[in-house]
Amino acid sequence: MAEFIAYLIAGIATGAIYALAAIGFTLVWQTSQTINFAQGEFVMLPAVLVLLAIKLLGAPIWLGALIGIAAFILVFGVGFKLTVVDPMIKHGVLPLAITTMALSIIMKEGAKDGFSAEAQNFPSFVPSQTIQVFGASISLQHLAIIAVAFAVIGALQWFVGGTRLGRQMQATAQNPTVARILGIPVERMVLLTFVINAALAVVASVLISPIYLAKFSNGEVIGLFAFIAAIVGGFNQVRGALVGGLIVGIVDSMAAAYISTQYRLAVPLVLLVVIILLKPEGLMGRKEERRV
Amino acid sequence: MTAPATHESLPQRSRLSLPAFIDGSLLTLVAGAVILWFAPVGMGRYGTYVLSLWLVMSVAVMGLNLTLGYAGLKSLAQAAFMGLGAYATAILTTKYGVSWYAAFALSGLLTFAVGLVLGFPALRVKAHYLAFVTLAFSTLIWLIMRNEQWLTGGVFGIANINRPEFFGIKLFGALEFHRFVVVVTFILAVLLWWMIRSPWGRAFTALRENPIRAASLGVDTRTYTLLAFAIGSAYAGFAGALYAPLVEFIDPSPFSLSQSFFLLLMVVAGGSGYLLGPFIGALLGVVLPEWLRFAGSLYLIIFATIVMLLLIACPQGVSGLLERGWAKVSGKAGARS
Repeated sequence: MAEFIAYLIAGIATGAIYALAAIGFTLVWQTSQTINFAQGEFVMLPAVLVLLAIKLLGAPIWLGALIGIAAFILVFGVGFKLTVVDPMIKHGVLPLAITTMALSIIMKEGAKDGFSAEAQNFPSFVPSQTIQVFGASISLQHLAIIAVAFAVIGALQWFVGGTRLGRQMQATAQNPTVARILGIPVERMVLLTFVINAALAVVASVLISPIYLAKFSNGEVIGLFAFIAAIVGGFNQVRGALVGGLIVGIVDSMAAAYISTQYRLAVPLVLLVVIILLKPEGLMGRKEERRV
Repeated sequence: MTAPATHESLPQRSRLSLPAFIDGSLLTLVAGAVILWFAPVGMGRYGTYVLSLWLVMSVAVMGLNLTLGYAGLKSLAQAAFMGLGAYATAILTTKYGVSWYAAFALSGLLTFAVGLVLGFPALRVKAHYLAFVTLAFSTLIWLIMRNEQWLTGGVFGIANINRPEFFGIKLFGALEFHRFVVVVTFILAVLLWWMIRSPWGRAFTALRENPIRAASLGVDTRTYTLLAFAIGSAYAGFAGALYAPLVEFIDPSPFSLSQSFFLLLMVVAGGSGYLLGPFIGALLGVVLPEWLRFAGSLYLIIFATIVMLLLIACPQGVSGLLERGWAKVSGKAGARS
């Protein structure tokens, strides 16, 4: 039982990371039909940039973090939208999706060649201790991840549902044409979702890197599980991405503990196929109508 | 580099009085096969190997071109399918003494069947779900290749894969095997050319251009897209069956997910939806890095950047660029005469 609780907490913690990535993925998909195959690399890169800023500038950790994060949001939030998505979306969804694959290769190989092929330690803001709760030893880092991730997701939910700007963004996501008629600056709202996506990736990156270490190949698994989370939860729902992320995280953790460490990756994949077969619109999703 | 649609309108056609079924693409294929048959003479073992590898990768890219370029589907498992073919061929020929020809056919059949099984549930929902199912499949296959040591040799792979014989002629030398690859690639390319020109193939194009209109004209959308994907996957299986004896050693690394992404980029770079595009794409992706050795691992970044720029400037890839250039040149010539 104690063991089970520890695995559950670990699962919720990694699940929260997948949820952050999946929410960003879903937001960007909703407002601009961008399927971002570089989403995993978006989570990998901020940690690398932070370490790079510390190393190259000899800056203290807080300054390096600030520079790395700002650079990432500028380039992969604003820059990504203006220089990659805007010129590509005219050609359709497919070329854009392939462009993001090219981007993922560039980010991954860039991190490998420009930073390091080895995993690097990433500073943690909580000590790597465990505490005893009901006989289960639970990592403080996992608890911190859960607390921060849920606070961020909660704040995002409040922003989207409770503020004027957030509701404008939601309207843009649901129906851009009507949003434009209502006088909502649609272009600026779409840009905002890209910035939010980049910011969520930064949070996920800073939270997970102390545990996984900063490595160029981290994005592969995180990206894959973020896609699965988005689909399991419902491709067009932020709430769905949260639920999907948690389910995938818990399933992954349990699979590693009780089924097979070698095939832990395979279990969420099976979950994906089952969902596509039985409830293709996702657990929380609505059916989308066909458009000509 | 001729898209079938524009070629029909060229006026030279009637003057040359060729049989109606011959077009520029087919002529280029024949000429290419003849040139490649003789090309490696004096190139040495390694140069010949690179040329053969180019053709083998072209076969995989051709299949993906059918899936992506003609049917408009994203498959992220082409390298995994290639791995499936390569491992099937390697295991059948080294462990069970099956002849390469039978293994080649079985590899194609296996990947075709797996394509049907994967494609059926995904395409039932929505075309882009295929991307996620194939993404999952790609990872799964890679796990099996790496973990099931008793079957695949794990990370150590399978070594000493024999090259086939051709009616008693041993094809063990680099040049002999290269010529064999040329012939197989040529046959597969002509087969694809024929498929795309048949009424059945034209339905693919209709699908890509406007699936809902195609459906309203009586094209059974689901069956066609499913078949396009399965045939595209079978080509990856064939490519794998050629790859294993070419390299004579296989391990999981060339069949990873990144490799599948890379193959997609090759389709786009060459020009998706162009019969000869895959050869150009594979040339850029496989042969060029050999010439640009000094770039090392940076080549992947350079290639991906070129593809991105190409997609922004000309989504039809190099074939599209060449076609544009050709249209300009022939337009000027036409005005003069």
